[in-house]
Amino acid sequence: MHLKYESQLREPLVYGDKNYHQVTEDIVRPIEAKPTRLWYIGFYIAVCLLLFGVYAIYRDVTYGIGQWNLNKTVGWGWDITNFVWWVGIGHAGTLISAILLLFRQGWRTGVNRAAEAMTIFAVMCAGQFPIWHMGRVWMAFFVLPYPNSRGPLWVNFNSPLLWDVFAISTYFTVSLLFWYSGLIPDFATVRDRAFTKLRKRLYGVAAFGWTGSTKHWQRHESLSLVLAGLSTPLVLSVHTIVSFDFATSVIPGWHTTIFPPYFVAGAIFSGFAMVQTLMVIIRKVFGMEDYITMGHIEAMNKVIVLTGSIVGVAYLTELFMGWYSQNKYEGYTFWYSRAYLFSPYGWSYWGMMACNVLSPQIFWFRKMRRNLFVTFFMSIIVNIGMWFERFVIIVTSLYRDYLPSSWSVYYSPTIWEIGFYAGTFGLFFTCFFLFAKYFPVIAIAEIKYVLKTTGEGYKGRMDTIEGEKLETFVHEHAH
Amino acid sequence: MAKKKFVVGCFDDEAVLFPAVKKVRTAGYKIHDVYTPFAVHGLDHAMGLRETSLHTAGFIYGITGTTTALSCISWIFTKDWPLNIGGKPHFALPAWIPITFELTVLFAAVGMVLTFCYLCQLAPFVKKHHFHARATDDLFVMVIECTDKTNAEDLKGFLASNGAVETDIQVAEEGWWLGHYDKDEMRFEAKQTVAA
Repeated sequence: MHLKYESQLREPLVYGDKNYHQVTEDIVRPIEAKPTRLWYIGFYIAVCLLLFGVYAIYRDVTYGIGQWNLNKTVGWGWDITNFVWWVGIGHAGTLISAILLLFRQGWRTGVNRAAEAMTIFAVMCAGQFPIWHMGRVWMAFFVLPYPNSRGPLWVNFNSPLLWDVFAISTYFTVSLLFWYSGLIPDFATVRDRAFTKLRKRLYGVAAFGWTGSTKHWQRHESLSLVLAGLSTPLVLSVHTIVSFDFATSVIPGWHTTIFPPYFVAGAIFSGFAMVQTLMVIIRKVFGMEDYITMGHIEAMNKVIVLTGSIVGVAYLTELFMGWYSQNKYEGYTFWYSRAYLFSPYGWSYWGMMACNVLSPQIFWFRKMRRNLFVTFFMSIIVNIGMWFERFVIIVTSLYRDYLPSSWSVYYSPTIWEIGFYAGTFGLFFTCFFLFAKYFPVIAIAEIKYVLKTTGEGYKGRMDTIEGEKLETFVHEHAH
Repeated sequence: MAKKKFVVGCFDDEAVLFPAVKKVRTAGYKIHDVYTPFAVHGLDHAMGLRETSLHTAGFIYGITGTTTALSCISWIFTKDWPLNIGGKPHFALPAWIPITFELTVLFAAVGMVLTFCYLCQLAPFVKKHHFHARATDDLFVMVIECTDKTNAEDLKGFLASNGAVETDIQVAEEGWWLGHYDKDEMRFEAKQTVAA
């Protein structure tokens, strides 16, 4: 008997003929089992990278950011490039959990939990860069508007850098709340089937005393829906505001009205690429092929080819406007500093074009969208390309300013800039390895909710419904 | 808190649960609650629960955020410390929209989550009575509160005849208390497995 009917033409979202208990078993298994050797090796590498990053930051604080290669005109280099890169990656999770929820995209249930976790960790990494870039980091609280003994000297509410403070911290808080409120029922599931006292105790604390009461579920649904509704404009606003950091300046190459939509598309593009990288690994390592199906992978590849092409249109529009505006400074930035292959940073522009615009076009082919190796490879390529994009925007606009006498020497990072970046990788993967081991990586309750409409076994039995007369169908199954 | 007597009926299919809820209510029993492993849509209506007003609370928190941002920023920039930024107007509303928007979202989200936790009495270290350990796994657990007139044995039979796979009678506390779950029943034995 079915409460809901879904067409057989749609691909199942859960493979195999499973019942609710099997769903619990499958998803909780990695939490209850001992981690593999591979997990330990990965975790060890991540922690080593993290420690190297901590050392790089320790040196930044001790000796100042003079140990970076920033110079007279290139005042933002790898640090802000990495900041924008990580923030961009941090957009896919909330996009998947919020926008796709509002659009009723059923496939989000398989990947939303891990994607939201990725979002939170990516935003944590992103936050490091502006904070340590302050140099005198013990003054970091100066960005907060509070009545102080310095006048009171308030922050500048008209500055995009302050908007960024509010945007990033709000985004982090809301994503965290959204993620954790979804986790509460699943922690309760883990708690109630735990077979060690410690696990019962810890997951008992984490589950906040959740019982599964109908009234609580009703409120939980309302909460998720409103948080999704709030997060949807939020996720668009965050990268819009990050783009304002550049667009509200008068630097040729930054002073562009196209930036907000272009940055948002780029953020979704890179975020989905990172989700793909992690999903391909998770489904393999934890044997989640039944829940993160080829259908999921294909859907995300479609988003990648769409947003990659939007980004491509933005690149071409910029080039066109560089010529059409007949502004010689804009023309110089776009056509010499960036698009001319033999200019000092021409390599980064064409690297970006190749990775972001040309190579994702491979996903117009269904065979390629459903090929795991191609997907994994492309997800890495896209993330490299999106790093190049931010590097191109920042460095090629800065290294030659209006005054040729201050044109800088060639900017390349020191080991401490690279170490800081590597450290954020360490932070990201340390968090992600812990998440994968101790948290339900797939939203158990949400999978159960869609199981009887989109599970393979249940869909198979819907033949009988398709044969029924309309009146019987409406009478029996439409609730 | 005083303990109460409950009759518990467990169902393994939501399609059986719905007609059972209807019959139990028509028979005049008071359903204390139905514990489900996931949000079963329409169950709240079937049980006669009223719509939640949580979203209204969210709206109120949201406009509180909007007003906080606008009033604080405008007071600071026009009254408390009018800062000359390139000769631009002190009251620069368009430039304040981003922060106003962010604070609206922040207040609404934080406020709603706190209200949700308060209404559902959820917090770390909170413990509540569990009528069945499988309620968060694969069982739909209907709990009916007994009054002086309730014949619990009859009610058990009534639930079983309406499709309950397990029934029993429990005396339990309704509310919550501070405590741990480590003394709870262990449903499974420890298995030595390695994640593949």
